[in-house]
Amino acid sequence: MKIALMINEGPYTHQAADTAWLFARAAIAAGHQISRVFFYHDGVNVASRLTEPPQDDRHIVNRWTKLGQDNKIDLVVCVAAALRRGIKDENLAPGFRISGLGQLVDAGIKADRLVVFGD
Amino acid sequence: MEEEQTSAGKVKKFMMLNRKAPYGTVYALESLEVVLISATFDQDVSLVFMDDGVYQLAKGQNTKGIETKNFSPTYRALEGYDVEKLYVERESMDARGLTEADLLVPVEVLSSAEVGKLMAEQDVVLSF
Repeated sequence: MKIALMINEGPYTHQAADTAWLFARAAIAAGHQISRVFFYHDGVNVASRLTEPPQDDRHIVNRWTKLGQDNKIDLVVCVAAALRRGIKDENLAPGFRISGLGQLVDAGIKADRLVVFGD
Repeated sequence: MEEEQTSAGKVKKFMMLNRKAPYGTVYALESLEVVLISATFDQDVSLVFMDDGVYQLAKGQNTKGIETKNFSPTYRALEGYDVEKLYVERESMDARGLTEADLLVPVEVLSSAEVGKLMAEQDVVLSF
């Protein structure tokens, strides 16, 4: 099955980005394809390469970068939401790209399921 | 090899579920942005307002005191984007003492059970 994800909450404050990552890994392990992950609202902060959690904590951003690169997942950050929150090309972590909301609608059209994480 | 599908010509049922007050958080505004974009993709879009989301459609919004933009006129413009399926959950409206006369735009009022039924018919449900 082709699955697209939407993440609507920022890292660390809210579990959404963690849950989505665990879900994506489990789905891939079960033979599904994650076609795209769309980051919206505060979820755009998951794409910041300036993120530096303490060493004994999980690195949410790097986890997504690796999962995206290993599985060729399109990690899309909403441009309007990103600009509001200071996420730009120059502080974007590897594997992410900035694009428009059209990519969310397109993901909803093409995927068999669009699963939303966060309030 | 599987042929690469394009989104052109494919129509799915999208439901935007609006559950939060218009101000205080960004969800209502950023939901509206998704609605406007999805309309340009010629999808079958419906909007449901429930819980505090019913306040998004309340007439007479004045945001001067909180110094944020009053985006409520945009709901009146939705018709121009061919977004005409607006539903309000009756229980949420009743609980807040609102009637259809208090709302900015014409809507269809549905019971909670009817909203559930409509939701089950959708391909994509986005909750904001």
